[in-house]
Amino acid sequence: MAVSLREYRARIKSTESMKKITRAMELIAASRIIKAQQRATAAAPYARELTRAVSAVATFSNVDHPLTREEENPKRAAVLIITSDRGLAGAYSSSVLKEAERLSERLRDEGKEIDYFLAGRKAEAYFKFRGRPFVQAWTGFSDQPTYDKAAEIGATLIEAFLKEQGEDGDVDEVHVVSTRFRSMLVQEPTAIRLLPLEVVEGEEAPESDELLPLYDFEPSPEQVLDGLLPQYVQSRIFYSLLQAAASELAARQKAMKAATDNAEELIKKLTRIANQARQAGITQEISEIVGGVNALADAQAAND
Amino acid sequence: MAESAASTLHVELVAADRTVWSGEASMVIARTLEGDIGVLRGHAPTLSLLSASVVEIQVEGTNQLLVAALDGGFLSVANDRVSILAERVERGEDIEVSQAQVDLEEAKRLLDSSDEAEQRVRHAEARIRAAEKVSGKVS
Repeated sequence: MAVSLREYRARIKSTESMKKITRAMELIAASRIIKAQQRATAAAPYARELTRAVSAVATFSNVDHPLTREEENPKRAAVLIITSDRGLAGAYSSSVLKEAERLSERLRDEGKEIDYFLAGRKAEAYFKFRGRPFVQAWTGFSDQPTYDKAAEIGATLIEAFLKEQGEDGDVDEVHVVSTRFRSMLVQEPTAIRLLPLEVVEGEEAPESDELLPLYDFEPSPEQVLDGLLPQYVQSRIFYSLLQAAASELAARQKAMKAATDNAEELIKKLTRIANQARQAGITQEISEIVGGVNALADAQAAND
Repeated sequence: MAESAASTLHVELVAADRTVWSGEASMVIARTLEGDIGVLRGHAPTLSLLSASVVEIQVEGTNQLLVAALDGGFLSVANDRVSILAERVERGEDIEVSQAQVDLEEAKRLLDSSDEAEQRVRHAEARIRAAEKVSGKVS
C-alpha cells in the first residue's frame, strides 16, 4: 500500500507543475492578445484609406489592370495557408489546414492545379511530413507579423500571378486561407480569393446621394493604379496575418485554460484516491496492531 | 485663416501598421513623382503617387511644422481631407541621422547591382533631410 501512495503523491506533484505551466501560458496568451488586437486596430486606418483610394480610382477610370484581369481559362491556383509557428493552441492550425484541404478539393474539381505557399511552421511541418510539394514557406513571425513580411509574401504572390500562362511558376488565381478573429471565443477559418482583385468591395460603399469627387490623377490614372493595387494586396495580406495572430493567441488561451482545468480535476481525483490509499493503510496497520496485541494477550492468558 | 474649424484641412498621416499623425493643418507640402505639391484648403480632389521624400505639415493654429520621411506611397485629397499613406513613415525627430547615413552609404554601394537600391538611396536621403530639418529648427 505504501508504495502506491508514494506513486500517487508523485503523480499529483507532476500534475501540479504541469498545471502551473499551462496556467502561465494561458496568462501570457491573454496579455499578448490585447497587444495583437491593438496592432490589428492600428493597421485598420491604412487599409481603410487604401480601400477608399482604390475605389476612387476604380470609379473614375476604366479599371483594366493586370491584377484585376480574369484569366479566361484558369489552370493553376496558388493557395496561401496561414498557420501558427507553435502548437499548444488547440485545433487552431489543424482547422486552418482542414479548410485548406476543402478549398483544394474544390479547386481540383474545377480542374485546377495547385501551388502551395505556406506561412507558419505548422503548415510547413504538415506538408513536409506528408512529403507534399510546396513552392515557398515563410516562418518565424506568426504571433508578431510585420508589414515587411506581408510585403514579401505579397510581392511573391503578385509576381507569380503576373506571369504569362504557360510560363514556369505561373498561377491564374490566388487564394488565402487564414483564421478570422470574430471575438475572444469565436475564430473561424476562412478562405478568400485574393487575386484577381474584385475592386468593388462591400466595405464603406458611398451613399447614393453622396457625389464622389472628381479626382485629378497624378501622373495618370493607370500609373496611380499601378502603385495602388500591389499595396492594396499587401495590406490585405498584412491584415490577414494580424487577424491570424490574434486568433492564434485566443485559441492558445482557450486551449491552455482547458488544460489547466483538466489538471485541476485530475489533481482532485488523485488526491481522493491517495487519501483512500492512505486511510486503507492506516486501517490495516491498526488492525495489525490490534491483532498483535490480542495474540499477545491470548498467549499471556494461556501462560498464566 | 483659422476663423472656424471648417477652414482647415484634416490630415491623416498613415503608415502600414499605425497612424503616425492625425489632426488639423493649414498646409501640406509633399513631393509627387512629378514635383512638389502644396495643398491648402479647397484644393481640387487629387490622387497622386509620392516619391521617397519629405512631407511637411503646417499644424493649424501653431507655428509647429511637422516633418516626416516617407518611402513612397501616395497622397489623396478630397473635401479638405488629406490622407498621406506610405509603408514606412518616420517623423523627423525619431530619425537617427547616423543610422540613416550608414543606410545611405550601404544603399549607394549597392547602386550598381540592384534596382531596389535607388529607391533605398532616396529613402535614406529623405530621412536625413527630415532629421536635419527638425534639428535645424530646434537649434
